[in-house]
Amino acid sequence: MTMTSYKMPDQNGKYGVFGGKFVPETLMNAITELEQAYNTIASKDGFQEEFQSLLKNYVGRETPLYFAKRLSEKTGGAKIYLKREDLNHTGAHKINNTLGQALLAKRMGKNKVVAETGAGQHGVATATVCALLDMEAVIFMGEEDIQRQKLNVYRMELLGARVVSVTQGSRTLKDAVNEALRYWVTNIDDTHYIMGSVLGPHPFPQIVRDFQSVIGKETKEQFYTVENKLPDYVVACIGGGSNAMGMFYPFIENEDVSLIGVEAAGKGIQTGFHAASLTKGKKGILHGAYMYLLQSEDGQIQEAHSISAGLDYPGVGPEHSYLMEEGRVEYTSVTDEEALSAFHLLTRAEGIIPALESSHAIAHAVKLAAELPSDSSIVICLSGRGDKDVDTIRKAAEGRTDHE
Amino acid sequence: MNKLNEKFKTLKENGEKAFVAYIMGGDGGMERLKTDILFLQESGADIIEIGVPFSDPVADGPVIQEAGLRALEKGTSISLILETLNEIKGDVRVPLILMTYINPVLQYGIEKFAQNSERAQIAGCIFPDLPLEEESLVKEALSKTDIAVIRLASLTSPEERLKGLAEDSEGFIYAVTVKGVTGERAELDAAELEAKISELKTYTTTPVLAGFGISTPSLAKKVLPFCDGVIVGSKIVSAFHHNKREEVNELIKGIKGLALTAK
Repeated sequence: MTMTSYKMPDQNGKYGVFGGKFVPETLMNAITELEQAYNTIASKDGFQEEFQSLLKNYVGRETPLYFAKRLSEKTGGAKIYLKREDLNHTGAHKINNTLGQALLAKRMGKNKVVAETGAGQHGVATATVCALLDMEAVIFMGEEDIQRQKLNVYRMELLGARVVSVTQGSRTLKDAVNEALRYWVTNIDDTHYIMGSVLGPHPFPQIVRDFQSVIGKETKEQFYTVENKLPDYVVACIGGGSNAMGMFYPFIENEDVSLIGVEAAGKGIQTGFHAASLTKGKKGILHGAYMYLLQSEDGQIQEAHSISAGLDYPGVGPEHSYLMEEGRVEYTSVTDEEALSAFHLLTRAEGIIPALESSHAIAHAVKLAAELPSDSSIVICLSGRGDKDVDTIRKAAEGRTDHE
Repeated sequence: MNKLNEKFKTLKENGEKAFVAYIMGGDGGMERLKTDILFLQESGADIIEIGVPFSDPVADGPVIQEAGLRALEKGTSISLILETLNEIKGDVRVPLILMTYINPVLQYGIEKFAQNSERAQIAGCIFPDLPLEEESLVKEALSKTDIAVIRLASLTSPEERLKGLAEDSEGFIYAVTVKGVTGERAELDAAELEAKISELKTYTTTPVLAGFGISTPSLAKKVLPFCDGVIVGSKIVSAFHHNKREEVNELIKGIKGLALTAK
């Protein structure tokens, strides 16, 4: 399809049929206020100046676009570039969004924030900006995730955040979002919800995309400077979909650039133990938005499974759902095992330890690169660094996994 | 005439306020759903609200969350609940309403939901995650039936929203008494609630009922003077679960007794 003048979402917060605002009435006023504040504050010079200055001097942007020469040679075929979001302060792309939202909340007169976290990266990024801006943070995290990401829990606490263990349901990211939403309903007057991905009711998917789109904007300019053209392929991993959306968004109208989102196939797409909502899910409504979901025949949400806690969510944001149906972005999946191999491959080839989430994008990109001619090019969004995952990797090497 | 409208007309004529009892459909199995409904009817509940369990109930507190999980473990679905209600419709004299998050309805099929709800003589539906902005999703299918779409109003709803949801409102308006989720509370801010409900009542003649956090006659007594009835959920769900049925009976009698004197 042609996407030469892409303008989403529409005025109702919809991406085609996807998205919307499926939340309790108690939240509606806060969401409406957020939408108004975002439309009036975020484009103003004062806000953008402060945001851009902190992105540069605090987060460390712009992040490099690195030509992975050894990886490209090992793979054979296309030239592989890495967009180094792992080099951001706190080690992942998450801080682009938390910084923007915290600045926005502050200007709305809200000095407290609540957030959910899966792997802990969004929680750490939230706790970090709250320390920076002198705000109070409460972070909900599934009991299961607390077990597998202990280091990040401690980091959040060091930064002054209160981490609340969620023992309901599957005790992972989905349930952390439920509890964070319940907390928000209860503390609506003075608290802002910093949604961590392109999920939730409008305007969250749009706000998160916009704050993350710095990834794609920089990539486009950097690639052009080196290659004097645009890349042939851009590949990113998808949990809820924020790094991918931030990377893809500035490329949507450039239809010669193929965009590929990589979901977690867990133990295999046929096993039922995966997190591939676009590949295997059905349309439905969860956490405020109409999107693709892993669910039963009766509309009960199912648990997602992935070796990477950050991809362990049973839905994919509404804009991705739309871009898939429109055929603008191709979505595929790779297994835990493939992601682990890619993790080791990049670590040894380039001396870069990637997050397990990002390793999914690497796994697909190297498969693709091998089939392409040497004058073609692939950019991978390296969304985060892998320090947080070394314990999981060690266990996997010993033949154990966190699922067991 | 819709059964809810009929019920409110009768209550008004008798100078009574409405007692709505909430139960979780399938908590304890389908047989218990039948006996609980008939028990509540005998005890004097005016309207019975049946919850459809959902895996991710963001508007609910721990008691109803856990009841929902128990019901799901028993294999409860919208389909089973509607079948069960259809089986007992001959014995049910009070209006029944369903409270369901929107995703199970969407997967069941909205048209089919409307048809089978009508067949089971459901008088109204509450969708806690379907605000006015998204109501069109179900409106067309349900407008072909006599089933009311019951809207929620919140303490956080500003004037414009209150006006919007008062307009064309059906059945009754469910005024959420607290900023928070469902569940028993020791206290509630009656003054703030009174201001909100009084404002709402200037925009509509549709009855306004108060719910969330009301679990005792003393809390009900605070709100009944300025609303048309109360909805009690967690307290009843918890009493049925612990097999303290007499407590439910006493609670209904206690609150209905108050309501009669509150005219």
